Amino acid sequence: MSKQLALVIDLNVCVGCHACVTSCKEWNTSGLAGFLSDDNPYGRDPTGTFFNRVQTFEVGEFPNTETVHFPKSCLHCEDPPCVPVCPTGASYKRAEDGIVLVDYDKCIGCKYCSWACPYGARELDEHQKVMKKCTLCVDRITDASLPERDRKPACVLACPTSARLFGDVHDPASEVSVAIRESGGYQLMPEWGTNPANHYLPRRKTRKHIHEDELVRHDNPLKIDGQLPKPAPSDPSLDDVTSW
Amino acid sequence: MSASVKTTTCYMCACRCGIRVHMQDGNIRYIDGNPDHPLNKGVICAKGSSGIMKQESPARLTQPLKRKEGAERGAGEFEPISWEEAFSILEKRLGKIRETDPKKFALFTGRDQMQALTGLFARQFGTPNYAAHGGFCSVNMAAGMIYTVGGSFWEFGGPDLERSKLFIMLGTAEDHHSNPLKIAISAFKRRGGRFISINPVRTGYSAIADEWVPIRPGTDGALLLALTAEVISQGLYDREFVARYTNGGQLVVTDPNAPNFGLFATDDNAEPALPEYPQNQVWWDRHTNSPVLSHTPEADPALFGNFRLPDGTQVRPAFQLLCDRVKQHTPEWAEAITGVPAATIRRLAHEMGVTARDDKIELPIAWTDCWGKEHRTVTGNPVAFHAMRGLAAHSNGFHTVRTLAVLMSLLGTIDRPGGFRHKAPFPRAIPPNAKTPTGPEGVQPGKPLAGLALGWPASPEDLFIDEDGEPVRIDKAFSWEYPLSVHGLMHTVITNAWKGDPYPIDTLFIFMANMAWNSTMNTVEVRKMLNDKGADGRYKIPFIAVCDAFQSEMTAFADLVLPDTTYLERHDVMSMLDRPISEFDGPMDAVRIPVVPPKGDCKPFQEVLIELASRLKLPAFTLPDGSRKYRDYPDFILRHETEPGSGIGFLAGWRGTDGRSAMKGEPNLEQWKRYEDNNCHFKLELPHSYQYMRNWNRGYLEWAQRVRIRRHADPILIHLYSEVLQRFRLAAQGKWPGRKPPARLASRISKYFDPLPLYYVPLETEHTDRAKFPLAAITQRPMAMYHAWDSQNAWLRQIHTHNYLFVNPETARAAGVADGGWMWVESPWGKVRCMGRYSEAVEPGTVWTWNAIGKQPGAWGLSAAANESRKGFLLNHLITDSLPGGTSNSDPVTGQAGWYDVRVRIYPAQPEEPQEVFPTFEALPRAPGTREAPKRWMAYVSGKITGK
Ligand code: SF4
Ligand code: SF4
Ligand code: SF4
Repeated sequence: MSKQLALVIDLNVCVGCHACVTSCKEWNTSGLAGFLSDDNPYGRDPTGTFFNRVQTFEVGEFPNTETVHFPKSCLHCEDPPCVPVCPTGASYKRAEDGIVLVDYDKCIGCKYCSWACPYGARELDEHQKVMKKCTLCVDRITDASLPERDRKPACVLACPTSARLFGDVHDPASEVSVAIRESGGYQLMPEWGTNPANHYLPRRKTRKHIHEDELVRHDNPLKIDGQLPKPAPSDPSLDDVTSW
Repeated sequence: MSASVKTTTCYMCACRCGIRVHMQDGNIRYIDGNPDHPLNKGVICAKGSSGIMKQESPARLTQPLKRKEGAERGAGEFEPISWEEAFSILEKRLGKIRETDPKKFALFTGRDQMQALTGLFARQFGTPNYAAHGGFCSVNMAAGMIYTVGGSFWEFGGPDLERSKLFIMLGTAEDHHSNPLKIAISAFKRRGGRFISINPVRTGYSAIADEWVPIRPGTDGALLLALTAEVISQGLYDREFVARYTNGGQLVVTDPNAPNFGLFATDDNAEPALPEYPQNQVWWDRHTNSPVLSHTPEADPALFGNFRLPDGTQVRPAFQLLCDRVKQHTPEWAEAITGVPAATIRRLAHEMGVTARDDKIELPIAWTDCWGKEHRTVTGNPVAFHAMRGLAAHSNGFHTVRTLAVLMSLLGTIDRPGGFRHKAPFPRAIPPNAKTPTGPEGVQPGKPLAGLALGWPASPEDLFIDEDGEPVRIDKAFSWEYPLSVHGLMHTVITNAWKGDPYPIDTLFIFMANMAWNSTMNTVEVRKMLNDKGADGRYKIPFIAVCDAFQSEMTAFADLVLPDTTYLERHDVMSMLDRPISEFDGPMDAVRIPVVPPKGDCKPFQEVLIELASRLKLPAFTLPDGSRKYRDYPDFILRHETEPGSGIGFLAGWRGTDGRSAMKGEPNLEQWKRYEDNNCHFKLELPHSYQYMRNWNRGYLEWAQRVRIRRHADPILIHLYSEVLQRFRLAAQGKWPGRKPPARLASRISKYFDPLPLYYVPLETEHTDRAKFPLAAITQRPMAMYHAWDSQNAWLRQIHTHNYLFVNPETARAAGVADGGWMWVESPWGKVRCMGRYSEAVEPGTVWTWNAIGKQPGAWGLSAAANESRKGFLLNHLITDSLPGGTSNSDPVTGQAGWYDVRVRIYPAQPEEPQEVFPTFEALPRAPGTREAPKRWMAYVSGKITGK
């Protein structure tokens, strides 16, 4: 089967630190995709291009609240709706590894693809007038001049909780496929038929159950100091009321 | 196109990760984590990844500045001057102060990653008035734990999550440790560890906890007492550990009429070993039912009971006193205070106790304890805790933290696998040896200070006070008001200097602390004080110098601004003499090496200090013939020794002329090079047998003594019962043979210097009408800006452009506040208009916000219309620095600022009100030498900024 590179994001450990957000911007602004500009960088309502953003939302009501940090970038869909709508063929999916890319020589900034993307993963660069989005750091992962260890997306290398796994989801033995299989990996909105390559791993809970008879053990230290409560000899007992 | 990689150390927070700076044609292409650095192992955080935008910030100061003739302080009107002029202004002014009254010079620093040098400078100058920001930040954490277990969370120790099974985090959300803690929590969760977060708010790390236990702010002490009570009453404490490694078995004199009431009974036939740290206390041996010298072989102390020594003295084991204290603190009692259900408290105590007892770790590591007993294994009880400012920043925080340390000790988790572990140079003696002078005679014109400016008092004799018992330091640290203020009280300096209480000063020198804004309590008043003049028309604080890399609210108030470099432009050391980056398995320190040249005319603060010290001819920086001893900072680092020939310098690695010694050895002129070749750090991994139980580990302690990490090799017994606190209490009760507190403070000392863990309602809360101000208000720093003021960073400010007040929907609705609507939050001391946001992740009695997102218009290189100043707000306006009666709003033991104690009420803003924050401030003009910011847009490409 052909290769499909993707990110698998483990929501069980993501703490919402935004390292993936800024390391992505830092790598890519000087990279293949051209700069990632910022409007009003030091003024009112600053807004810039990011290929990856972390949203934080709450689930449930106090006190049963879960705070979820949710990083989102282009999901490199296996059936990407952004590709067929592109009038110039600029938006394409690479045959060799399944990465969805934009060819800037062809892109005319018509925004059809961003309307087609149900995940809102594409952002038009207002200053270059071309569509930008996550490239899976194609200029890192294929750069033979980088040491092997560094041939990974910037966000994956940065992530302090290693919540971002990277690999081939078509290879059943890859780290990402194992994680999806064993940790309940899921796709975002599969009902849209986009078949996203990126997956998410859900929260998992560890609980501890203590049986009542585990609480007090024979070697309870209070015994050593004579502190385990014993009734006083004068407390009422059967001996006070029965003579058999 | 030429590409290269340089390594150095990040400085954007106290974590200090190793970084790689990837250069292209002499410009920075990108910065990432150094995979060959043991601390962060290649990962990096949001700030570290945005270093470029810090470097390029339009707020960068590039020239020394002098306040314009006639301009008001705070107006931010400056003219550029040369370094020579700046130095000669300082040289003249400080030279005169030093020759007349050195205490009129006060040096206070914000981010304290170079206290070894700033402290040395202040001491050599001869002023007692020096501290970093610890008193404002988390001194209760350091003091509460160090006075109990000889080490602390922070850079000094932490949770061993690699082997832990249960991790309980209190009052920490996004902060210290940054990357190493994130790495560890993630691995811990993936290994199936259970993570419980106890916090009023669920954000950051708490978000991924298996269980969130919401708690009311300032009440953690009550919860911890109840947990302790339950652990004891169920017999879930580690008896062996308590008996041998704590003072729980030692006998306390309980006869209130005895002169040594509340102190440990001693065996006067036995040598005390060290007079400051005596070891001749007494156990009641339960085998022979008689008193014996503590740690007599074969003996085992009774932990309970009431005994009479042969001379008739009544005594009880310290553990019995602890039990008596906590008994009344039932889970039901704590539920009423904390809001945590009693059943949850019981369950938490059982989980901790049963995990500690039944999931024991035995490592096949042989070691010998200080009393000569050989142990074939190292035992671990895998319950780990972490806590930080949430516990510390309350006026009851010292005792709260101490209670936590006691609970951790009862569970047998100190310096053991899976529990809390020390990082070199910790553990220290309890308390550490370092001491300040004890009276005003320690401060002499033209002479270095006769002691350290900050120390660790062990008794009233160690206080830094005059004959009348009044403070010698400007911040009143080490006085009867705050006896154990081991990090000073930075938050009181401006108020005290303005009042002239205890005395006026001449020059206030601030490094990298935003004391006119977020690093101060009652910001509005403090700003007035900075600009206030006496009847004679002269400033109450005559001269203010500020060193910072960025134009801030504080630099606006300076008479002299010194432009600092960024972390990428300087030499620096993370020294064993300060707060190194050590890990559990051994000492580690690090350096910074410049990767790009300084911007404009900026100069690292280190160089400023070396230059000033040389000009002022401070002895440690001067040759006998009066000429300067060190060319510059790197030269100083190589050649300085703590005493001539001591072999102890700022860097521990590659010492000795051959570079083969670690920790101690002659200076090595190749040292910088060796660090540079080793990814800018040095690590000494200790043998396994020295990695655990270090408080009582003979091998480790003797090694530590040999390399002069410690003066003595005596065991560091855990102080379940604090004799140090009792000494102060005796003094307050008139039963101490030495110094006594002034009458006005006697009852305060007597109340708060309790040798046993204690809970009381925070002082400010106690003073507040809680029916009128029913809510607690707290702040925290967001992860993407933790420990850094990054609103000047074009990328990071897009993540937090302005802040909201987060309110539980039930609370908000009851107050008529709409989600996203404008509202007022009001305390007895002030009010703020801001925007509210509903959140189910905050307990209903608490409101909170991100700290220091709000900015003064025009500060930090932002435009006056920036969201940070229109919608962003500071909670500091609601916080008072003094309480009714005039004492500082601080912990009465340590002087820690009680800035999480404020009580507030909320109500909606009226529709006709402006939709803008209140209070607002005048916009600051751009400082000379700062770059004009691109207004409409910009983009960064390998060192080049495009845009307009
Ligand atoms: S870097 Fe990792 S932990 Fe941080 S927000 Fe991104 S995915 Fe989450
Ligand atoms: S893979 Fe690369 S481009 Fe995509 S989000 Fe991560 S860092 Fe950004
Ligand atoms: S800011 Fe702190 S956590 Fe981030 S890379 Fe720098 S030192 Fe590490």
